[in-house]
Amino acid sequence: MLVDFANPSPPSEDRRWRLVEATMRRHGRQSHALIESLHTVQESFGYLDLDALRYVAAALRVPLSQIYGVATFYHFFSLKPQGEHTCVVCLGTACYIKGAANIVAAIEQAEHIKAGETTADGQLSLLSARCLGSCGLAPAVVFDGEVAGKVGVPEVLERIRGWTRHDVGGTR
Amino acid sequence: MTLEELARVAASEQEAQARFQHRVHVCVAAGCLSSHSDQLKDALEAEVKQSGSGKTCLVKGVGCMGPCAAGPLVAVTPPGLLYQGVTPQDVAEIIHSLGRQPVSRLSYPTDAPFLRRQHKVVLENSGEIDPEHIEEYLAADGYSALLKCLTSLTPLEVTEHIVHSGLRGRGGAGFPTGLKWTTVAKANSDRKYVICNADEGDPGAFMDRSVLESDPHRILEGMAIGAYAVGADEGFIYVRAEYPLAVKRLRTAIRQAERQHLLGKNIAETTFSFHVDVRLGAGAFVCGEETALIASIEGKRGTPRPRPPFPAQEGLWESPTLINNVETFANIPAIIRNGGDWYASIGTEKSKGTKVFALAGRVHNTGLIEVPMGITLREIIYDIGGGIPEGRRFKAVQTGGPSGGCIPEQHLSMPVDYESLMQVGSIMGSGGMIVMDETSCMVDVARYFMEFCMTESCGKCIPCRVGTVHMYDLLTKIADGTGTDADLALLEELCGLVRDTSLCGLGQTAPNPVVSTLRYFRAEYLAHIRDKTCPAGVCSIAKTSEVQV
Repeated sequence: MLVDFANPSPPSEDRRWRLVEATMRRHGRQSHALIESLHTVQESFGYLDLDALRYVAAALRVPLSQIYGVATFYHFFSLKPQGEHTCVVCLGTACYIKGAANIVAAIEQAEHIKAGETTADGQLSLLSARCLGSCGLAPAVVFDGEVAGKVGVPEVLERIRGWTRHDVGGTR
Repeated sequence: MTLEELARVAASEQEAQARFQHRVHVCVAAGCLSSHSDQLKDALEAEVKQSGSGKTCLVKGVGCMGPCAAGPLVAVTPPGLLYQGVTPQDVAEIIHSLGRQPVSRLSYPTDAPFLRRQHKVVLENSGEIDPEHIEEYLAADGYSALLKCLTSLTPLEVTEHIVHSGLRGRGGAGFPTGLKWTTVAKANSDRKYVICNADEGDPGAFMDRSVLESDPHRILEGMAIGAYAVGADEGFIYVRAEYPLAVKRLRTAIRQAERQHLLGKNIAETTFSFHVDVRLGAGAFVCGEETALIASIEGKRGTPRPRPPFPAQEGLWESPTLINNVETFANIPAIIRNGGDWYASIGTEKSKGTKVFALAGRVHNTGLIEVPMGITLREIIYDIGGGIPEGRRFKAVQTGGPSGGCIPEQHLSMPVDYESLMQVGSIMGSGGMIVMDETSCMVDVARYFMEFCMTESCGKCIPCRVGTVHMYDLLTKIADGTGTDADLALLEELCGLVRDTSLCGLGQTAPNPVVSTLRYFRAEYLAHIRDKTCPAGVCSIAKTSEVQV
């Protein structure tokens, strides 16, 4: 897609671009609005695709290379869409001491993916977090945005199987 | 809002609260929320309504009460009971017990050392007030310190209070806060900024998160006082995107304070204006470093730059900038209200005041604690923390996150202050305190932190970018049982090199976990290298060596 730098317009008619527009406008389209704008894109669309990066670059008059640098520098931004369900295992110190690495290993083995990957059917993304700040509840795992504390390997696997098996049965 | 109006609002709010015979507080900070305390609060409210005691009993959501592992927590006053592990099924019983015999099966001992040994300054409102209502903060003397500054103190006098208090930066390094404020105040510029560093990146630390979620106005008040003292009119709070609840409560708090004219233009009808905005981090540990944080607020990659010039002279958009940590700002209102000398009376000679720690790991009572400086590690771990569960042996306590070190048993009687921790090879850090027992292998722990620093290195300077990778590889070899004495020697040499030549704090302190574990647990490294065994049975050689036997 080519972008008209003098008058950049959103990549599509999607109404969610208005949210991105609003964020950029609130910051006066200054270049320092870059990270805030990318947050809005990711919040609205789930990830940052190349069209979005091009559009934000043009609208804020920041070189695309710089935007790509920022988007890949920060762990929070994702350039790939996430799976239907996400499972984030906290690997902060408290969780690590209480065996979080075993939880990751068990999921990796059961679902044949590595941390940071999504299953081939797009059902499950397995992620790890640096620290959720829920150290009092270690080990902690986030299932679709909901924090569960003091979890064990069996219950984590069961929860995940609930998502993946659901689809094998074709009941969606 | 003027001082008189503030007193009026506070008094009427206090009166409104005093009308209730019973107050039921439900913790709605992140820890208890993850065990659905919001549903619990709804259930309690519904029960109160149904039983017709809506006029005598107040149910409200409050911030963190401390013993997070025992959540969801419910406090009932009077008589000052604390219930733990409460479920919606217990709701009816609790409401019916009001004014009668307490529900003993749920009660958490309020005379336990965990609560009794604490000294709350920063956390004085946590668990007491509803963080989403500014009136409750006002009723607890909130914003009175700011108005006192604006109406009866000069900026210089405010700074003097902070200097006298002896407060040191709570982000980890312990730089004297008063000195920092003085430097920014003296800097000659018509544009200055105030930044609150809420990018709590240390794994195992959740103090700032709790303060932000439990008492957000306290931070805003501290920042506004700082802005008045140094002559700034704009501020930013840089918060981790991983803390959505903290972000939400901060934004609510800013909106409420602006509506009451306690932030924004012409605060309390004076000439002083201060605008605050929230900026989201995006998951980069290095952004806790002040120059990297500034770059991130400017919308760039979060890479540090050489200092000097320090941000106090040349910070955000090249203007003098005051950067303090969340806990530092949270101390300010109390210092102004009670005077610098009061604060200086708490703590030790060189480390004044209190410190909030996040106690976690292999210890009975995990959670958030605030203790006076100078308390011993033994008191924290055994009295407050309740010791090590399952009858295991204490091995080490890790403070300061990836920049800190592991402190062994022989130093447990040492007082907790900046200098003492430094002497034994660790640092105060932001306040994470992870207890480890004999099931932890110190080589594995060192490798864990090195993996962290390796991944989080921003890549700008070579010693950190390349050095951490090599140190990680060497530690992996040792953990695998393929390491040699020469590897150990090289590892030690690299520790010195990376410490001395890295650009910022991340690289300079990255070797600390290795250096401190080598200092106290060298025998464990040697067991991996020479005997090819992992004494704790954690590393992969433990499994292979069993096969050989």
